[in-house]
Amino acid sequence: MSTVVTTEVMRADLRDTTSTSRKNWDKAFLGGLWVFTLLAIITLVVLIGTTLLKGFTRLNPSLLINFPSPFPEDAGIQAAIFGSIWVVVTSGLVSLLIALGTAIYLEEFADRKSRLNNLITINIQTLAGVPSIVFGILGLAFIARGWLSWGFTVGTASAVLTMMVLPVMIVSAREALKAVPSSLREGAFALGATRWQTIVKQVLPSAIPGLATGSILGVSRALGESAPLILLGALAYVSSNPSGLSSDYTVLPLVILKYTQEAQEEFQAVGAAAIIVLLVLLISLNMIAIVIRDKSRKSW
Amino acid sequence: MVDKMVNATIPEVSSTLPKVGSVLRMNLAEGQSSSSANFANEMIMESVGLQVHYGDFLAVRDVNLTIHKSEITALIGPSGCGKSTIIRCFNRMNDLIPSAKVGGNVFYKGIDLYGPEANSGEVRRRIGMVFQKPNPFPKSIYENVAFGPKVNGKPSKKETDEIVERSLKRAALWEEVKDRLKQSAFSLSGGQQQRLCIARALAVNPDVLLMDEPCSALDPIATARIEDLMAEIKTEYPIIIVTHNMQQAARVSDRTAFFNTEIGANATRPTGVLVEYDTTRKIFSNPSDTRTEQYISGRMG
Amino acid sequence: MSTSIAAINELQPSGRKLRQQRVEKLIKFFLMIVAASGMLITTGVVVALVRPSIDFFRSISLGEFLGTTAWFPLYEPPDYGVWPLIIGTFSVMLIAVVIAVPGGLAIAFYLSQYASDSIRRKLKPILEILAGVPTVVFGFFAINFIGPNIAAKIWVFSDIGFYSSLSAGITVGLMIMPMMTTLSEDAMAAVPRALVEGAYALGATKRETCTGVIFPAALSGIIAAGVIAMSRAIGETTIVLLAAGSTANFTFDVGQPMQTMSSFIGFAGLGDQPTGSTGYQTIFAVGSLLFVITFILNMFSRKIVARFREVYE
Repeated sequence: MSTVVTTEVMRADLRDTTSTSRKNWDKAFLGGLWVFTLLAIITLVVLIGTTLLKGFTRLNPSLLINFPSPFPEDAGIQAAIFGSIWVVVTSGLVSLLIALGTAIYLEEFADRKSRLNNLITINIQTLAGVPSIVFGILGLAFIARGWLSWGFTVGTASAVLTMMVLPVMIVSAREALKAVPSSLREGAFALGATRWQTIVKQVLPSAIPGLATGSILGVSRALGESAPLILLGALAYVSSNPSGLSSDYTVLPLVILKYTQEAQEEFQAVGAAAIIVLLVLLISLNMIAIVIRDKSRKSW
Repeated sequence: MVDKMVNATIPEVSSTLPKVGSVLRMNLAEGQSSSSANFANEMIMESVGLQVHYGDFLAVRDVNLTIHKSEITALIGPSGCGKSTIIRCFNRMNDLIPSAKVGGNVFYKGIDLYGPEANSGEVRRRIGMVFQKPNPFPKSIYENVAFGPKVNGKPSKKETDEIVERSLKRAALWEEVKDRLKQSAFSLSGGQQQRLCIARALAVNPDVLLMDEPCSALDPIATARIEDLMAEIKTEYPIIIVTHNMQQAARVSDRTAFFNTEIGANATRPTGVLVEYDTTRKIFSNPSDTRTEQYISGRMG
Repeated sequence: MSTSIAAINELQPSGRKLRQQRVEKLIKFFLMIVAASGMLITTGVVVALVRPSIDFFRSISLGEFLGTTAWFPLYEPPDYGVWPLIIGTFSVMLIAVVIAVPGGLAIAFYLSQYASDSIRRKLKPILEILAGVPTVVFGFFAINFIGPNIAAKIWVFSDIGFYSSLSAGITVGLMIMPMMTTLSEDAMAAVPRALVEGAYALGATKRETCTGVIFPAALSGIIAAGVIAMSRAIGETTIVLLAAGSTANFTFDVGQPMQTMSSFIGFAGLGDQPTGSTGYQTIFAVGSLLFVITFILNMFSRKIVARFREVYE
């Protein structure tokens, strides 16, 4: 039918009239985008490649088992691994509790428009922008020395890392609570539950996946952080695992920092091997977060 | 091709197709014999068996429309009937939605917009569009109008000035903005912004103008100005307009297409269908389909 | 909703109801304290910085701090001219921003306008991993790859050493790029779809839509992102400490070792500075400067974002 009609009228010409120069600009632009996108990919590949190349000779059990040593072939990172675990678990738990409390207050209790609520939110944003080394200064002034005088210990490091990851934790905890459908709350209220009962029995259980992924994000930040701990004695030569909050400590990023600074090639290999251990830990944490995220998405 | 064959198996199609076809043939016949009649206007666009899927969902199906020179064609119907989806097929805007799949054909002067001879950029340049909400770019009034000409060729400063002035005049906005062309487009009122968007569309000198509920965000006075403007420019730019407002369709359009929704077998969401397409006078005074009549008389939708 | 709860509560035995209400109030109060405790940290930061900084400026005049150009606070005799640190900080920051801002923008354009869903699904995790790489690892990368293989090759204007602010700047730039990407993507996603469609409806190509409409419409968000990137670059410690060395050279030659404010603090922290010594106080004086600069940058960025929201929401 259409052919009958269309033969009667003049045929249009809708072929591409884009000028060559315009097309070339389009291509150049897309080329530029590709260059930068490739730059990001290449950076990651070369970074991992360089590390593997330098560190694979020291990727052996003795690296994980041994304590530091003046001889590179004997040097290991056991104390740093345990130090990292101590510091990260402590700061992760404490910051999760504070973040959860803050998020519950802001999302479930506080009047959204109140000045205090506003002030707390602005404060969190401010904290998120503070360079991590400044938290180290705070720790040095009040926690390691000065007011609390805990010295260069696991406790001091955990306290500083807690403050540092708190903004990330709070933001993701708030997101997790926001994601809980309000119908759940209303349902509980309708059954006569109080606000707190509703939160504990209904809101928190359904927010667990979100809270878990958020905490993992915060914990990853704490695990990789080095700057504030430079000021807090983590570079010390520590040849035993921490046994409590008042123990001396070192952590993986600082061990890496130390070995990277060494002139001797063999020590740099230890540092590279330690990086691989750290990256494996971080990527595993991320995988866990992704698995939790996907699982929770399916169940909803 | 496959789409059409599939359509042919749906019984309702066979009842609507000949009807539209007969209107079309009648139009052509009259157009060839008499130039005084409304039907005299040459057909420039035509959709044949047009249908759109969003993913697995069939949003609208079997739309056969003809668009004529110097006329305003209105698409009306209840919300969700697919009229906005259809108008976006006429300049390939649906290409921008990854899940949207367009079946059937849209011809512009014999060339299939979705065929190998058509380029989407060229299609959009030739078939302009004005959107539901005024969407001026975050630039000056001048730069808004100059944007299209600038990307579609490199006019000189003088040429650009002329195009901007001419377009703003045709959109009946020149007098209001000629002294503040460098100001941000956001400084204009809603109605002015919409006329700016019309000027911006006219600046690339399109052959057809699509308007997707252009007055839905405007007050009655601004709406009246746009309607006057449409009547003024339709001889130069045939217009296809989607409107929620039946009175508007009756006031401004020469032809009206009424769309409705139906729940197909195995479907959970309603699919849009073209119920009736005819001259506006016929649709509003003596529609052939009872569904049209019910909608017009306000008993539905 | 509160009325309906009250109505339900009235049906319960009054003793239990009263006790419950009291417990609820207590919980709310306790949570409020927890939520407000975050403000203690900010206060703590300010107090920690201010006191020793004041002490520092009691012994070192502002004239020497801002008026001289040698920075050797931990040596005998010490010099306290802060300019080498400021120049070092801005050199590293500038180099980093020159890489991270166009890079982040380009990747954001690619992801939001060009990449298909399947490419996006592959690229996103790569960027996430890159964003999660610890800074100390980037420091290692700077020393072992960027310094010798990139910085030393492209810097032809002077002799470039093992340590250079160029190497540090490039590495910091690569480190910040994923964050810049995410923030720019957010800014672009906030551009109303209608604007983007408006551009395509005029026959604009993807490039013209990106540069002619999306970029200006997202500009305030992009500027805010750039400012945050600057702030991150200024605050970065470990990469610079490792890659730019520990000499506070007063120079504009980025092939030379330099010290930034942050890397100086880290460097000073490597040694044990006795409490109350001028060396110890220097950490706090420089820390104050760093805190004030990043605070102003972050506030500026938030202001821009707030204004941006008003335009489109």
